[in-house]
Amino acid sequence: MTDGAPPDLQALGITKRFGPLVALKDVNFHLRSGQFHALLGENGAGKSTLVKCIMGYYHPDEGKIVLDQQAVTIHSPRDAQTFGIGMVYQQFTLIPNMTVLENLVISKAKLDPVINWQQEEHQLTQFMDTMPFKVSLSTRVSSLAAGEKQKVEILKQLALRNRILILDEPTSVLTPQEADEVLGHLRAMTLAKQVSVLIITHKLREVAAFADEVTVLRKGQFVGSGNVSGLNVSQMAEMMVGSEVTAKPKQRTVLSKKVPKLVLQDIRVKDDIGVEVVRGLHLTIHEGEIVGVAGVSGNGQRELVEILSGQRQTTSGTIHVQDQPFQPTREQIMRHKIFCLPEEPLQNTCVGRMTVAENLAFRNFDREPHAVGGWLISRPALRRSAFGLIERYNIKPPYPDTPIQSLSGGNIQRAVLARELSAEVEILIIANPCFGLDFLAMEEIRLQIVAARNRGTAVLLVSEDLDEILELSDRTVVMFNGQLVYETTSSGADLAIIGRHMTGHTT
Amino acid sequence: MEVGWWGVLIAVLGGAIRIGTPFLFVSLGECLTEKSGRINLGLEGTLVMGAMTGYAVSLHSGSPWLGVLCAGLAGMVLGALHSWICSFQRVNDIAVGIAMMLFGTGLAFFLGKPYIQPSAPRLPSIDLGAWSDIPQLQAALQINALFLVGIVVAVVLGWMLKNTAWGLKVRVVGESADAARALGLPVDRIRILSTAQGGFLAGIGGSYLSLYYPFNWSEGLSSGQGLMAVALVIFARWQPIGCLWVSLLWGGAAALGPSLQSVGVTGGYYIFNAIPYIMTLAMMIITCSPKRTLVGVPRELTVTR
Repeated sequence: MTDGAPPDLQALGITKRFGPLVALKDVNFHLRSGQFHALLGENGAGKSTLVKCIMGYYHPDEGKIVLDQQAVTIHSPRDAQTFGIGMVYQQFTLIPNMTVLENLVISKAKLDPVINWQQEEHQLTQFMDTMPFKVSLSTRVSSLAAGEKQKVEILKQLALRNRILILDEPTSVLTPQEADEVLGHLRAMTLAKQVSVLIITHKLREVAAFADEVTVLRKGQFVGSGNVSGLNVSQMAEMMVGSEVTAKPKQRTVLSKKVPKLVLQDIRVKDDIGVEVVRGLHLTIHEGEIVGVAGVSGNGQRELVEILSGQRQTTSGTIHVQDQPFQPTREQIMRHKIFCLPEEPLQNTCVGRMTVAENLAFRNFDREPHAVGGWLISRPALRRSAFGLIERYNIKPPYPDTPIQSLSGGNIQRAVLARELSAEVEILIIANPCFGLDFLAMEEIRLQIVAARNRGTAVLLVSEDLDEILELSDRTVVMFNGQLVYETTSSGADLAIIGRHMTGHTT
Repeated sequence: MEVGWWGVLIAVLGGAIRIGTPFLFVSLGECLTEKSGRINLGLEGTLVMGAMTGYAVSLHSGSPWLGVLCAGLAGMVLGALHSWICSFQRVNDIAVGIAMMLFGTGLAFFLGKPYIQPSAPRLPSIDLGAWSDIPQLQAALQINALFLVGIVVAVVLGWMLKNTAWGLKVRVVGESADAARALGLPVDRIRILSTAQGGFLAGIGGSYLSLYYPFNWSEGLSSGQGLMAVALVIFARWQPIGCLWVSLLWGGAAALGPSLQSVGVTGGYYIFNAIPYIMTLAMMIITCSPKRTLVGVPRELTVTR
């Protein structure tokens, strides 16, 4: 780490146009030396565009970047690195099949033709000793938890001696504990004037807890900035969205009797490399109940969802739906009305190049009225149904004939939810439904889920966002190491106890 | 008769080396190509083209080693062509590979017509069996220098992939093109270079066929070694040293039929000759499972994505 304080970074009057669209209009932004600065805004507010202008991905049409009172031109991300600016992306850029050591070495600007692994390891170990958090160098990245990967991403930037760190939604894949740990370390480093941090986020809680100052963008324009100490969470939310919003308490109806709808008994599942990741899981979900599965990612949640959606087979155990054994075939899925909104819906349950209308009809394209006589697809009928769903679920843009992959993440999420909820639903399986969504989209989707519950649907909600689970579910269970290790009603749940079970520290 | 059965074993070992050498070169070439994230099915065409080029150059120049070099260069050109075409948007490397396979074999047959009759100088072999007085052992230990070169290439390639900047870059490109771009690596250039080098090795494998064993140039020279290299690389788990063992195994399997015939077992001759292909098929079935993914697969490979 070089001495002296990190440089002072200013973006002045930045305007960026993409054709007719003005992504940024005369935006000002100031990251002071050693500051922890949060950039807030809804999806499409221009946060990423601003950051990409700083990193040299884009070249602003107007305005300039000023580093320590000197105007600079940054041509590329590589160039940004020579100015000491490094970025941690929303998606991991680590190479999963390589070790942490290899990943850190490959990111160096200049590689020796023949790599002296011993020397590299020695140097990085020494570097690691000066860091607040450590990751084992010899571990393969694919076997790291999300939080550890995020640490490696940050260590990578620090090892490159970058003094300004830009993080694009760094905690979206982390559990609250992991997020707090990583952000806490970064906070400590800014207080020690080792780095300046600019963080893009939706999570106001994190901003309130860690940032010094916020800058808020809305629709490509600078709305305001201020010290975090002088703002409360609802004021920040108001600046983001433009009107007062708070998470409304969801209306819940209480059902008189508890009818078990989905019963999982002693479920065991192996993952892609043959390791048993779900080891004897028992779970019962009743009519009109949301059961939230909390847990650090990689404890078997993904596989649990996959067996219920028919994407993976169990090695042993039974699934019963309404007292009948269940196999996730198309016929049984339709009969029992068990539907699924998995994580990353575009990859998992959509065909990206097919149109919105076609994707919306995946569950019922082979029935009347979509299929005349059960075999001839009627395009007008598909489009009519699609229009109905698009309107009801507020999918944008409202065109049934666009390929679904051209929609934004939130709209794909809405579309899949529309498809899965379009018919009567008995059981709904949901994984991370609000991943990467902005405040309004999140609220809408959560309301839909609770509405389905109130209609009597049994809901299994797997989420890495503990706040979401506690807000939505009636019962919370904690999944650790392939088993459910803790259960509590969500009202009056103790966060500390849940957190301990999530990390396996139970005494 | 006792010596006879030992003879089968010795012949199989000798055959493993003799028949396995072209497998070794082609699979090493394919291994390097796949490490960079592309599959080159065109190596079958490269192999045949290398065989033709090697034979023709050897015939005209009188130097079989010059033939080997030129065969490698011809393979390099085909490999570079394949990966250059693949570097365009929306081009599928499998489809291009099949086209290149047909192109390579077709071009070789077209240009190679005049070389079917004449006899070119042969690559010399090294007698490692001179100490023995058993003729079968002497025959089995007549080893071509290219086999030794192949062992060196396998070891060096494995070392390079692990310990050099170049090798690390090839692996990064093969694992994640996005990550490579974020690191500022020229993805297409690295793939073109890797595929060209892979083509060079495959071309050498082809020259071995025409200049050493079976030592002729004809249209039926290759029996799918180029295509089977793809399967071999999977079996070798993308490890160059693994390619060496797998090639020897395949060579030995191919030698089983002729070896048994030499001791008078003639029944099921065709079955024995088909063993390498049966092994390939069996291996593909065993290694493919809906429940698990392969260890060591470069993640950019189109067939695994």
